[in-house]
Amino acid sequence: MNDSVTSQDADRTADASPIVRLDRVDKHFGNLHVMQEIDLSVAHGEVVVIIGASGSGKSTLIRCVNGLEPFQSGRIEVDGKTLMPNGASGKSLQAVRTEVGMVFQQFNLFPHLSIRDNVTLAPRKVRGVTRDQANAIADKLLERVGIADQADKYPTQLSGGQQQRVALARALAMEPRLMLFDEPTSALDPEMIGEVLDAMRELANDGMTMMIVTHEMGFAREVADRVVFVHGGQIVEQGPPEQLFDHPRHERTQAFLSRVLKH
Amino acid sequence: MEFNFQFDWQAAIASLPFLLKGLPYTLLISFAGLAIGFLIGILFGLMRIGPTRWLRWPAVVYVEVFRGTPVLVQVLFIFYGLPTLLGGPINALTAGIAAIALNAGAYISEIVRGGVQSIERGQREAGLSLGLSPPQTFRYVIWPQALRRMIPALGNQGIVSIKDTSLFSVIGVGELVRQGQVYIANTFTALEVYFMIALLYLAITLSLSLALSLLERKGLVG
Ligand SMILES: Nc1ncnc2c1ncn2[C@@H]1O[C@H](COP(=O)(O)OP(=O)(O)O)[C@@H](O)[C@H]1O
Ligand SMILES: [Mg+2]
Repeated sequence: MNDSVTSQDADRTADASPIVRLDRVDKHFGNLHVMQEIDLSVAHGEVVVIIGASGSGKSTLIRCVNGLEPFQSGRIEVDGKTLMPNGASGKSLQAVRTEVGMVFQQFNLFPHLSIRDNVTLAPRKVRGVTRDQANAIADKLLERVGIADQADKYPTQLSGGQQQRVALARALAMEPRLMLFDEPTSALDPEMIGEVLDAMRELANDGMTMMIVTHEMGFAREVADRVVFVHGGQIVEQGPPEQLFDHPRHERTQAFLSRVLKH
Repeated sequence: MEFNFQFDWQAAIASLPFLLKGLPYTLLISFAGLAIGFLIGILFGLMRIGPTRWLRWPAVVYVEVFRGTPVLVQVLFIFYGLPTLLGGPINALTAGIAAIALNAGAYISEIVRGGVQSIERGQREAGLSLGLSPPQTFRYVIWPQALRRMIPALGNQGIVSIKDTSLFSVIGVGELVRQGQVYIANTFTALEVYFMIALLYLAITLSLSLALSLLERKGLVG
């Protein structure tokens, strides 16, 4: 037990270069300046939670990391590949997406495919894994997120919480080096939030690098290595959860936290 | 002078063998035309919404031209007009198939466009985020879902095109209506013969409807 902890820590220090680095990333939607020269690095194995009011640019920020949103200037490095402004990333775009998994607010499962096929599609088509191998991987992952018995069903036959756990398994099937989460529990009924957060917590404990946009402050405090507060397309403040939640320095952070932590 | 308003079933049945000689032509024009029209529709429908901007204009022009002119005029143009340009006659059957293909293709382009655009943006994003290339995302994620949604509209277009082939008697293709006209000219049994022709069309269109609803229900597409 102790051994594995030390070796994991040794790994982290040995590989000190960040897995994600945003370098003066700038993005506009028309007149709206949604990302204002954002600098942000994420270390291997780090769990970064991004918080901020609705419309502050959290989704845009993480969607830039896997190239779902183009940006206008700056650059983004993900695991040694560089995303360039204005969609000029070339081959590295595909390479980045292959190594970065994403879980969406609305799950976005493929409704025409069975749960198992949702999980196996990308490994088969992108990695060239055989159907048998892919099925074995899928069954293991579905078991890990607690829905092994639903593999032959279709997405609409599952509850929201189950669907989101399938979405997580689907992303993990590509063995990503980094996982992005965009409000993974916001579309869920309250009683299903816990099961999804549990699966994410387990993933964090396994050492996955994660960037998470969420309004679940309790979860953020518990799981995050670092919390980043975004406002108006800028990173206003960041730090370890205890510091950011208990001693926010910036008044915008204080105002935001007093609003969301009230209830 | 005495009129006989009686429907003569025997005359109706007697016309069948002759009428049925037209059935293969009706079916051939319909299904060959629709099959080619489907390919044209996919091509132009995707050009219209694809990433390549300069391909959009030809698609728009094609759809507007062939949707905005009568299929009868189209087939007359192809059969009587085109030979002047090409310097040689065009087979009537070929002209009929071409007219259905081009006409249905225009409508199917719009069906394809609508079907593909109806798929939620998140589906594409999920596919891309998994590392599927844009073409793979289209092929495995968007298209199967779009195709299933397109079935009712495609069935509709199929029925319209099958009925449109009845106009092609004017260029002398021996399809159902043409056969009927020839038969009536000799027997003066218009009531019975057109009734039988109507029944034959209904049999074709109902079979198509049935086949498509089975396909839709069983999810055999996609
Ligand atoms: N495709 C788009 N076109 C125009 N404006 C957009 C688009 N997507 C997001 N925005 C705007 O950008 C801002 C940031 O959006 P988003 O990143 O979704 O914020 P958050 O996730 O923090 O709620 C919002 O004001 C939003 O309205
Ligand atoms: Mg958002």
